[in-house]
Formats: sequence, structure tokens, C-alpha cells
Amino acid sequence: MRPIFTVVDSQSLVSTPQPYPVPTDELLLHGAGLCCIRQDRVLFEQLDVRVHAGELVQIAGKNGAGKSSLLRILAALVAPDDGVLYYGQHPLTSVSSDYAANLCYIGHQSGIHEQLTALENLSFWRSASGIAQADDFALLARLGLAGLEDIPCRMLSAGQQRRVSLARLWFTRRQLWILDEPFTALDQTAISMLQQHFAKHLQQGGAIVLTTHQSLSMAFARQTTLELAYRW
Amino acid sequence: MVALSTFVQRELRLLARQKADWLNPVLFFVIVLSLFPLGVGPEPNLLRLMAPGIVWIAALLSVLLAAERLFKDDYRNGVVEQLVAARQPLLSFVLAKLFTNWLSTGLPLVLLSPLVALLLSINNAEFVAMLLTLLLGTPLLSLLSVMGAALTVSADKGGILLALLILPLYIPLLIFASSAMEAAAMGLPYHGQLAIMLAMLLFAMALIPLAVISALKLNVS
Repeated sequence: MRPIFTVVDSQSLVSTPQPYPVPTDELLLHGAGLCCIRQDRVLFEQLDVRVHAGELVQIAGKNGAGKSSLLRILAALVAPDDGVLYYGQHPLTSVSSDYAANLCYIGHQSGIHEQLTALENLSFWRSASGIAQADDFALLARLGLAGLEDIPCRMLSAGQQRRVSLARLWFTRRQLWILDEPFTALDQTAISMLQQHFAKHLQQGGAIVLTTHQSLSMAFARQTTLELAYRW
Repeated sequence: MVALSTFVQRELRLLARQKADWLNPVLFFVIVLSLFPLGVGPEPNLLRLMAPGIVWIAALLSVLLAAERLFKDDYRNGVVEQLVAARQPLLSFVLAKLFTNWLSTGLPLVLLSPLVALLLSINNAEFVAMLLTLLLGTPLLSLLSVMGAALTVSADKGGILLALLILPLYIPLLIFASSAMEAAAMGLPYHGQLAIMLAMLLFAMALIPLAVISALKLNVS
């Protein structure tokens, strides 16, 4: 029997900080001279992206400017049409498994299976990222999903599904987060909660690359905006 | 390597929630086999003569039927993309898919073989041969269909493409499996055919998981 009421102890959810592979203030990810071509259209070329540990990089731009394509290049899902990616000091291709082990990528699609419940989805992603034990119930309750743990995700609203998908940011120990439109469908409470969590991750030496159309309501210690122009 | 059990557990849960995905192919197999005696007449000798071909063609088509949706949901909802980005869990994901695909489409065919023997009036020696070929052959069918599903996952209506891609690869299996059953019917030894089927299975087991991983990576990029 599971207890009906769970007392959420916020302290128990705080993971003990461990040093990340790349220390704070150092260059974590560097894309040099990146170029991306889609359907004979050059989305961007000679683009330089630098992500330091402890930095939040916001990628802005109109629809179709190539934000998601850039994120997919940075997540090493797609090779850039030109240019090189460096992770730490090394070319990404030579340290790709180290990079993948230190990356948390949540793309445009949520990664949530509609037939599985919130709890099942969350514990799947937790074990898939190599974390054996955690209090998934408390985490879901903290994200405002108390009482919805056992309902198939197709019954949840878009915002609630997004919360389930982002929940893994609370237990992951990956240094670099690449998030495509994380605020989509979230309400104000969830957005500010997520931003506070971002701030904590940055403080511990993490780095975040994200795209969003909203301007961030919180000021982060180290924040850069990369504007992609729409090109014909 | 990330625990395989996590992925197997997830696939089994999905099978339990989406019963039509694996029940339909099994029902298809039974329906095809039960229609044959009605279509060609209930002459026992004729049915016994045709049994090897009928059993294996029905098995091929039913496995093919199950293959199309194998990666579709996980591709659409972004699970495949995020696993490719994370890289490490991808092998466990593919192995779990292979195992549960065989469990839900191959194993039922093996379990149904006594019923098939009854429908096609097969004698004991042939039944043993059929059981052995199904045991060796269905894992290979699963392996090949998972590979086809991974290759065609991003194609919108990939069903016919999948059939064109995979059916030629099924043919060696079809030839050796039905030849083993024919040999059994004539009272001849069929170890040779079984050995070749085992060799094909082992070869596929070694290489196909890697091919599936590459195919998924290709479809995500």
C-alpha cells in the first residue's frame, strides 16, 4: 500500500552537489563556424556559439530561423553542414560518449508516452539516465501533479505533460541542459518554478542552452542571448 | 550499460496497454490457417502436403503486420530522439524492443503450433519439425522486422515500403524452414536445415542490433 498523503520534504529532493567534469567559468561547449542548410536555404553560417559552465544561453529568433536546428546540432543529433564543435578542449567527435553522458536534451517533443502514467514515464527516464532510486511521488507532488500520478498521460493537459517531461531536470546530474521551448504550455507558477531551478543548476556550475519566445522573467548571474536572424 | 530491465518493463507495460498491437497479428495467423481447409477443401493429404508452405507464409505475414508500429509511437513522441542524444541507453532500448517483439509475436506462434497441427492434419514427426523451425525461425523474423521498422520509422506510410524491404530477407528462412518440414514429412533427417537456420539466427543476433541503432540515428538526424 502506498501512503495516501505524502509529506513533501524539499530538503530530501536536493541532490548532493558533486563536481562536474568541466569546472565553473570554463568553456564547456564551443561551436566554431557552424553552418546549417535546410532545403537549399542557409539558416545560419559562420556562427560561433560559446557555452560556459554556469551560463545560460538563450537562443532567440523568428519561427523558422533555425533555433531548433541549432539545438539539434549542439546536442550532436545532427552534424553541422560546416564548422566544428568542441566539448571542453576536444573536438566533440572524439569525446562523443563523454559528451552524451553529460548532456540532458529535451527536444520539441516531450519524450512522454501517452499510454504510460506520469509516474511510469518519470521513473523510466530516471532509470534510463542511470539513477537508481529517487522519490518520484514527492517530485511529482512538488511539480503540482499530486493525485495525477496513476493516470495515463494522454488524459493530462499539455502543460501537465510538459511538467512530467521536465521533471527529470530535478534529478538529473548532467551538466549541460539543452531544452527546446521548455516553457511551452506552462503556466506562470510552473515557469517561475522552472526558472528558479535553472538558477540553482547554474549556481552549481551547470550550463543551459534553451530557446524560448518569452523573455525570461528572472535575471540570471550569467546570461547570453544569441539572436538568429531569419534569412531567405 | 543502463539496466535492460527498465526498458523491458516499459515495453511489457505498453504491450499490456495496447493489446491490439500484438493480438491482431496472432489472430491473423489463426484466421489464415483456419481458412485454408475451407478454401482448398478438407482433403487431409492435400493439406498435409501444403502445410509447410502455409504455416511459414502465414507466420511471415503476421510478423510483418506487427512490425510497422514498432517504433512509431516512440519516434513521434520524441523518446527515440532523446535516447539517441543520450546515446548510452540506446542499445538497451533496442534489445528490449527485440525481445518483447519476439515475446508478443513469435512466441504466440510457437504456442499455437499444436492447434495448427490439428487444423492441417499434420502427423507427429512433422509437428516436431514445425515446432523446431518455429522456435529457431521466429526470433530471426523478429530481428529482421525490427530492423525494417527502424529503417522505415520516419516514412509516413511506411507499411508497403517495409514489406518490400523485409520480405526478400525472409525468403532464405522460408526456404529452409519449409524444406525442413517437408523432409520430416518424408521421414528424412533435417538437421542440416536446422543448422543453417541456427547459423542465420546467430549471425543476425550479432549484427542486427547494431544495424537498428544506426538506422534510428539516421532517422533522427
